[in-house]
Amino acid sequence: MAHAYTPGLRVTRHAVIQKERRLPLKGEVVVERGVEVRRDQVVARTELPGEVATMNIVNRLGILPQELAGYMLKKEGDQIVEGEPLAETRPLIKWFKTTIESPVSGTVESISLVTGQVILRKAPKPVEVLAYVDGVVDEVIAEEGVRIETRGAYIQGIFGVGGECWGALHLAVEDANAETKTIGAEAAGKIVVVGSLITLEIVEQARQAGAVGLIGGGMRDQDLRDLLGYDLGVAITGAEEIGLTVIVTEGFGRIAMAGKTFDILRACSGMEASISGATQIRAGVLRPEIIVPSATAGDEEHVGGDSEGLQVGNVLRVIRMPYFGQIGRVSGLPAELQEVESGAMVRVLEVEFDGGEQVVVPRANVELIEE
Amino acid sequence: MGSDLNVVIATDCGSTTTKAILIEKKDGQYRQTFRGEAPTTVEAPFEDVTRGVLNAIQEIEELSGRKILDGERIITPAEGDVGVDIYISTSSAGGGLQMMVGGVVQAMTGESAQRCALGAGAIVMDTLAANDGRLPHEKIERIRQLRPDMLLLAGGTDGGTISHVVELAEYIAAADPKPRFGSGFMLPVIFSGNQDARKEVARVLGEKTALTVTENIRPVLEEENLGPARHVIHDLFLEHVMAQAPGYRKLMGWTGAPIMPTPGAVGEIMQTIARQQAINVVGVDIGGATTDVFSVFGEIFNRTVSANLGMSYSISNVLAEAGLDDIMRWVAFGIEEADLRDRIKNKMIRPTTIPQLLQELQVEQAIAREALRLAFVQHRQLAVGLKGVQSERTLADVFEQEATGESLIRMMKLDLLVGSGGVLSHAPRREQSCAMLIDAFQPEGITRLAVDSIFMMPHLGVLSTVDEQAATEVFERDCLIYLGTCVAPVGSGKVGEVCLQYTVDLPSGRQTGELRVGELVLLPLADDDEVEIELEPARRWDVGAGPGQALSARVCGGVVGLVLDGRGRPIQILEDDRLDQVSAWQGALNLYGE
Repeated sequence: MAHAYTPGLRVTRHAVIQKERRLPLKGEVVVERGVEVRRDQVVARTELPGEVATMNIVNRLGILPQELAGYMLKKEGDQIVEGEPLAETRPLIKWFKTTIESPVSGTVESISLVTGQVILRKAPKPVEVLAYVDGVVDEVIAEEGVRIETRGAYIQGIFGVGGECWGALHLAVEDANAETKTIGAEAAGKIVVVGSLITLEIVEQARQAGAVGLIGGGMRDQDLRDLLGYDLGVAITGAEEIGLTVIVTEGFGRIAMAGKTFDILRACSGMEASISGATQIRAGVLRPEIIVPSATAGDEEHVGGDSEGLQVGNVLRVIRMPYFGQIGRVSGLPAELQEVESGAMVRVLEVEFDGGEQVVVPRANVELIEE
Repeated sequence: MGSDLNVVIATDCGSTTTKAILIEKKDGQYRQTFRGEAPTTVEAPFEDVTRGVLNAIQEIEELSGRKILDGERIITPAEGDVGVDIYISTSSAGGGLQMMVGGVVQAMTGESAQRCALGAGAIVMDTLAANDGRLPHEKIERIRQLRPDMLLLAGGTDGGTISHVVELAEYIAAADPKPRFGSGFMLPVIFSGNQDARKEVARVLGEKTALTVTENIRPVLEEENLGPARHVIHDLFLEHVMAQAPGYRKLMGWTGAPIMPTPGAVGEIMQTIARQQAINVVGVDIGGATTDVFSVFGEIFNRTVSANLGMSYSISNVLAEAGLDDIMRWVAFGIEEADLRDRIKNKMIRPTTIPQLLQELQVEQAIAREALRLAFVQHRQLAVGLKGVQSERTLADVFEQEATGESLIRMMKLDLLVGSGGVLSHAPRREQSCAMLIDAFQPEGITRLAVDSIFMMPHLGVLSTVDEQAATEVFERDCLIYLGTCVAPVGSGKVGEVCLQYTVDLPSGRQTGELRVGELVLLPLADDDEVEIELEPARRWDVGAGPGQALSARVCGGVVGLVLDGRGRPIQILEDDRLDQVSAWQGALNLYGE
């Protein structure tokens, strides 16, 4: 197979980034191509059909479904407000009259003479899509949304929880190996880079301080479980309501952030960033991301391009035991299958770690770090 | 048509990999000769499934020397070393076929609808029913939220309730559901309920959905008629779902038989084998995200899919559902819980990694046992007789009866257990696959075990619809690797007591022995060997003839051999002595070497 290794996560100081912003249903795009937008600006809006309320009127009036038409005061498509009479009986003595009032405001969607059921639909719910990143509208997708282009730093994390947010980047550590012990009031409204481990305690402190996001190398699964209140079964995230967004750049456990990732975050310290914790690990993989738009020019790389294959000299990270998290260089790419300790015959590669140690690992267990 | 086929090329377009196999008739026999694979190209930047198909076929061209492609065209028919007689394919790309089903009573027409959709190869996202305990607006919200590819509405026996069926149709109409793919299209809805309700259902749904009406899947309580609705599901799958996926329209033009959903094709081959050999079969396919279980008992076919039990994307969910203790009971060493949790989550976020260390392999295989076990529990819950049917029962039946509906899965009657999927097909030692199957499914009495060598059951399933003989020949010769036979007396007792005496005519000579409670014994018996075995279970232990009753049978060998399992059913694991016990079992089957 052409790609027997895991393509690395994107970590780039200067990139052209395109973000598609789509409505869940067709609606109206409110910006034009070429205009500059701010991250908190509305770019498209629509209305989601309102919730429905069902009422079994025949049961309440004690009539048969086929008789329902004669008792209805409203017909399909009529507007109705909460408390307004919807159906009533017409007894000879008015005193015995039964009136059914609408429990909601909205329209009468359907009246069934088979089931006796009346379905009412509430007013539609407005939905707005924000720009999410500062940039320029590159394309308008008629009635659906826009594509926004921006330039700046682009970092993909490995896993995240929580949705989209933005704020100034704040470095709480001086080195990728370090670990923050406390977060104070200075973090209010900011995205805090906490080092090699995000603990539950740090998340609590960050929430209390009013931070909007946390970025770190690793997190213990136990802490994630306590944070979410449940054991995450399948990695589809982004909708958690936990008060802030958490992005892990390397994996589960205490892991130093990759040097390049940390260096970019340090260089962008104090700048405004947009982040999203949304992760989907299955076909059509989605990773959490950190975008820091900047005016500074550099050798730009287009995000979304395909990576080349593995080559001797490439820098990589081992992503499975026994060398999990270690970074080294490819020193050999033997073609033939080799037996590893587990007894499996697999394609392997030789890695030289920084200290000069040479080891053999399955190709499936490394990921490229693009330099 | 069947006899004209000499060269067949078949592909399975999975979510991540497209696998192609070449089948050739040589010396009058069909054999699978070459295979190739390439990444599936449904997503950006290619967005055309045929790209991956061509790449996989190209790999076969290079390996076989046969010219199959003329540019982007598959050459047919075959002449000498050029071309093939037919090209066929299955597909599960894009997440497979995702359906919602509905019925009036959850345990009756609701379950029938579920079995119908699952048997057609779908993932059932939810089952709506008049009595499912949800309020009307909750049902409507759910339909709107899930955005299925297709909806199957059943309900009511012919001449039975109309209003409850129409009520469900009204909820569907109120939800105004949009399909997952193709925002401009109407959602395909199949109505296969009470025929007297057709007119009303058409009135309610006719304009809001792409409605197809077919025969009632439950015309009377005593009978299920799933065939016609399953065919409609397959047709609509091609017309609506596949046709929306990138490149599929082109692919559909290439194939000589309709493209089938992958699990639907696997079900097809399972039924063919069970029918031809007149045996009861259970098959399992454990993938990264999902686990499918198939069973054919007494000609009744059932399939279930456990959407969140798998070995990579869903591995963390296996931990969440099984719990740490149930996983660790299969491992012969201790490990700190926090560390194990981090390791499992790291596999979830980097699903393509493989165990390099022996300990990691053992942990993954322990997780696989639990994923398989849980998937089989789910299967047993659905593979039941029709509920709501009155039948005469004896007192003995009452004890075998499940709380609702009678289970069709009788492990004592199971003849063949087939495993498929990476963790079973590619385990470093076949003994490990054998042990995983036995521990997870706990076969009873005499059961033959096999694994699918390179996951070609989907290809053979769709081939069986074109040429049954070719499909079964390849299945027997190249698809299955027989692991051997498991002999497991059912009962419980004190560890060390004798539970079975056996005499077996091994090729090396007659062997007589005693099997003790808590013991596993492996006897050498090769793939081609079939020998006589005499079994005398202890009192209260049963090998198939009843408690304490002797049994003679012929058993077949395999790459592992003949396994005698005295651990009882359910398998008894001693709390205090677990590590030694598990270690002894691993040693007996030589699972991990010295």
